[in-house]
Amino acid sequence: MAEQSMPLWEVFIRARTGLAHRHVGSVHAADAEMALQAARDTYTRRGEAVSIWVVPSAAIVASDPAEKASLFEPTASKIYRHPSFYEIPEEVGHM
Amino acid sequence: MYTQALNEAVERPRVVEDPEKLAAFQARIDAEEKIEPNDWMPEAYRRTLIRQISQHAHSEVVGMLPEGNWLTRAPSLKRKAALLAKIQDEGGHGLYLYAAAETLGVSREELYEQLLAGKAKYSSIFNYPTLTWADIGCIGWLVDGAAIMNQIPLCRTSYGPYARAMIRICKEESFHQRQGYEIMLTLCRGTPEQKAMAQDALNRWWWPALMMFGPPDSESVHTEQSMRWKIKRFTNDELRQKFVDATVPQAHYLGLTIPDPELRYDEATGHWRYGKIDWEEFKRVIAGFGPCNRERLEAKRKAHEEGRWVREAALAYAAKQRARAMAQKIAAE
Repeated sequence: MAEQSMPLWEVFIRARTGLAHRHVGSVHAADAEMALQAARDTYTRRGEAVSIWVVPSAAIVASDPAEKASLFEPTASKIYRHPSFYEIPEEVGHM
Repeated sequence: MYTQALNEAVERPRVVEDPEKLAAFQARIDAEEKIEPNDWMPEAYRRTLIRQISQHAHSEVVGMLPEGNWLTRAPSLKRKAALLAKIQDEGGHGLYLYAAAETLGVSREELYEQLLAGKAKYSSIFNYPTLTWADIGCIGWLVDGAAIMNQIPLCRTSYGPYARAMIRICKEESFHQRQGYEIMLTLCRGTPEQKAMAQDALNRWWWPALMMFGPPDSESVHTEQSMRWKIKRFTNDELRQKFVDATVPQAHYLGLTIPDPELRYDEATGHWRYGKIDWEEFKRVIAGFGPCNRERLEAKRKAHEEGRWVREAALAYAAKQRARAMAQKIAAE
């Protein structure tokens, strides 16, 4: 009989206080508590973290790489979103 | 290397790929873009990666066995603690790699089943026995040294999750190699018997270490395609030569002799030229007839079987907790 598979979790760690959590990989575990322990043993053996998040992989909704162009390209044409679009006289000083 | 058997089976494309998509894919590779899990990729690229990454993962977890042999007999508490940490790292490396393989649409259970059934390959090096403590030194120095040589270019491999796993692994391997070399250094500075033990271990591990890089380029079926896809960055022979050039002076520093009467320094090229490798031995070990193949797989099967109740209990407990939480939620409503 094929063995029931262990759920997959994505692991995020905060390297230092003040930084955002960052995705580092995944682990298999039966529940959240075991996922945290497995993440600790797998991804933080050398003081890499001050905090860990584990999230069921199935709970993550991702954008489709095939739609990359329609999703992200339009922002490239909106140059007025960048400060360099606006001309301010030099006499005004740094702004 | 850890994926040396990659060169064995001849792949036949099972699907005919859209030439336009293929060209776009190759253009991304040529532009040094990383390929990510949900991106389109040719079926053969996917299969090559699944095989290479899983063989690599299997090698990491089987590699825990020859070293585990010396855990209870390490000569001091310091050596024991370091060896334990190293073996734990190997387990971690296996996990990073299984996770990278899973992003290609295959489950870890499936890959592990292939290993236990004897259908998957792992590095030939782990089918040699660890007879003395000096073997632990040689594994760190030579086997991990060879692994680093292969893995540093893999940090730039074209598949994103594999490259990221390799970056983590490379950071950790450097401790392994230094740990091994320090064991050799201590033995070589010890009594004549200890130095003889170090020489004996080098005699037994030298040639198997050179075989880790896989068959010579002339016989390597996959190299060309893997180089084009930038899965591989150097050929087997290139990496083997780099390893020999780096390692020979380290052996001389220890005052040990490389067991190769033909070894000589080539002034013109700056390379150490080595003698003929016994590829028949390599083929035997890869085919399952090395000194420890059977023992290694039996140990893995036993561990898997004896851990089955733990996995089942953990899943049953998680299911019970979920059901209880659900019942409480319904009762509260």
